Amino acid sequence: MSARIGVVVFPGSNCEHDSIEAVRSLGGDAELLWHGDDSVGQVDGIIVPGGFAHGDYLRPGAIARFSPVMGAVQRFAADGGPVVGICNGFQVLTEAGLLPGALQKNAGLKFLCKMATLRVETTNSSLTASATRGQELRIPINHFEGNYTCDKDTLAELQAEDRIVVRYVDNPNGSVDDIAGVCNEGRNVVGLMPHPERATHDLLGSTDGIPMLRSLLDVAAGVAV
Amino acid sequence: MRFDVQVETRPRAGIADPEGATIERSLPALGFDGIQGVRVGKSIRFTVDAATEDAARAEVDDLCARFLTNPVIEDSTITVVEAADASQPA
Repeated sequence: MSARIGVVVFPGSNCEHDSIEAVRSLGGDAELLWHGDDSVGQVDGIIVPGGFAHGDYLRPGAIARFSPVMGAVQRFAADGGPVVGICNGFQVLTEAGLLPGALQKNAGLKFLCKMATLRVETTNSSLTASATRGQELRIPINHFEGNYTCDKDTLAELQAEDRIVVRYVDNPNGSVDDIAGVCNEGRNVVGLMPHPERATHDLLGSTDGIPMLRSLLDVAAGVAV
Repeated sequence: MRFDVQVETRPRAGIADPEGATIERSLPALGFDGIQGVRVGKSIRFTVDAATEDAARAEVDDLCARFLTNPVIEDSTITVVEAADASQPA
């Protein structure tokens, strides 16, 4: 049985179709979930995609967390369902309190749009269950506010609990401890700034996003945990 | 009563402020030497109807903590003053 992935669309999201295409190219089913609905339907996994939800007004993700769909996403996550936030989706999940920390402006104040190399630090997450620990993946980044930060206690907790999912090999944005992505305590909610959905075909310059999206599909289908 | 409110948000101490740092680095080119600690924030203004100034301030504190700032990376300063025609409804 192939997993069904719901991709949340806020006004200003712009990576939802890339995400759907990527999921379908791996044999999964995908559907759009409108931010104004207070349900996520019968999906097995959720992607909160990149873009500029609600124009990034106030702060990236600050308004999106009040969208009706976020209550349903919270409940889905609380029940253990896999949720992956990519780029702006990561910002939305931190603002919604589903993930710790925050994303501040890149050190250097430059919008970064380039390929980055990530190292998989744990396979115990819904984004890396089918990847290999230590594996290096070439995944594009495309952000201005991707500089991950959190207080010292939170960082110590993330390190001690093996919740830093991926790190940058060559830190592009100033993120603390080279963090590119983290997960929640339940390990089912993951956020990362890089875009695995944009690295799923040779034509896109890299296929290294496939192990990540395969992980999401496997966890959503109950094949991997 | 009606109160004029100004909320100023800015990156917390210790949080990098690349915008402020970039402005600061450009100052010597214009001959402004000796200016340090440039921090860039945001100013949000609105009015609040409340029984007392304390009540208005309590409401704005809550609003800041839950929405206007992200406490992980931002601080805020709140200024509350009685509006000029506070007794008049809007």
